[in-house]
Amino acid sequence: MIRFFIVGVVLGITGVIAGLYLLPAVDQARESSIITVAPNGGNFEAFHVNIPMDRIMVGAPGQDETVPPELEWPEDPMFDEARAELFKLRNTRDAVVGVASRIAARDESGDVVEWVLHLPARGSVFVTMDPTPVNGRRAGSMRAGTREFSDLVGRVSESWVADASDGVNAGRIELQATFVSTIMDDDDDLVDAAAEEEAE
Amino acid sequence: MKQLIGLLLGLLVGGLCAVAFLYYNPLTSQDSLSPLSVSSEEQFSLVYSAVAEDSIVFTNHGESRTHPHPVKVLQLWEAPIRQTDVLVTMLRDSRNLPAGIGIKFSSRSERTRLLNGEALMDSVWHVYLPGRGTLMIEQSENYWSYLRDIVIPAHWSSGDSWRGNWRGMITDGPGALGTAQVYGGSGLFSGIDFEAIETLSAEAWSKSVGPVAVQGQILVEMPAGSAEVSE
Repeated sequence: MIRFFIVGVVLGITGVIAGLYLLPAVDQARESSIITVAPNGGNFEAFHVNIPMDRIMVGAPGQDETVPPELEWPEDPMFDEARAELFKLRNTRDAVVGVASRIAARDESGDVVEWVLHLPARGSVFVTMDPTPVNGRRAGSMRAGTREFSDLVGRVSESWVADASDGVNAGRIELQATFVSTIMDDDDDLVDAAAEEEAE
Repeated sequence: MKQLIGLLLGLLVGGLCAVAFLYYNPLTSQDSLSPLSVSSEEQFSLVYSAVAEDSIVFTNHGESRTHPHPVKVLQLWEAPIRQTDVLVTMLRDSRNLPAGIGIKFSSRSERTRLLNGEALMDSVWHVYLPGRGTLMIEQSENYWSYLRDIVIPAHWSSGDSWRGNWRGMITDGPGALGTAQVYGGSGLFSGIDFEAIETLSAEAWSKSVGPVAVQGQILVEMPAGSAEVSE
């Protein structure tokens, strides 16, 4: 019996260690990325946010109806010109693939419009936008990326597409991204050309 | 029959020995000394409460012990975001005055290896500091010490809770010294890359609601020549 006990102890230790080594403790669910190669270089990927369905939070002063209900936004005057929003982020198949924050603010440091797109299985993208939209579209550039996006540079544009059939404030925020690997030469002309082509 | 009982007992004892070794393994304890503590560069800190009810918004998949706040906030139940928490909180400076708003996305990391004492989260902060600018902080966080010193003892405790004084650095990269990477977005931080670390200070944790008295601190080190940004 003692021999079987010792064999059992060895097997028990080995089993736990092997299990922890071989079985993933975390397995993130993935949606297939929908990426197209832009004709003049770079990868094009589009995301969108359905409003109001995907809106998690609207943080802004003086709201009659808050999102979410019972939200207590700080009343400090320093946040008077700030608006922070949280959304679920969808791909072009309308599947939720991540969450995103948008901060729009105005203070002595200037006007700010920024996004952080967080895709749990892939990484995050930090985008700084030009505060002034042109032809209904706000252009921005990727300031930094993490994990899958860490070696990429590129441009992201933001636009609002209203859906009149679904209520006054219904519609979608479209985010169109063109990324180029930094392993290749970072040629701004190529990125611009790809972004313009996709915008058309 | 005796042989089978012996084998099963051995398996049980062996399994428990392996788990005990992992739990008590001194090689997996995290360094509580911040790599920024020996730096001569200017630093500033941002403090926040890590308790969901103290936050502006906290949301997750809705089935965790830490419930979303406010109650009716949209939950992250879709599969690709189910292992993600989002915290929106007021950030305070070292004098406990409001300094800004922080949005933290934390997702369980697939690089987690409990065998190595790594219970990892991939997280990013999106920070707005009025009058100063915006930041994104990228970090990998290791919660192994937090789990081992607080969460597991709380489950063992007859009161289903833990009380004490615990302070630990949770940042575990991606910087070479285990620091977080900070990217300045606008204002005074525009275009600047620097480093940070995040620590947690815990005094109470409950099995039923999670953190009861837990405070977080982000210590940001400014690169040389940008000292005017720090205060």
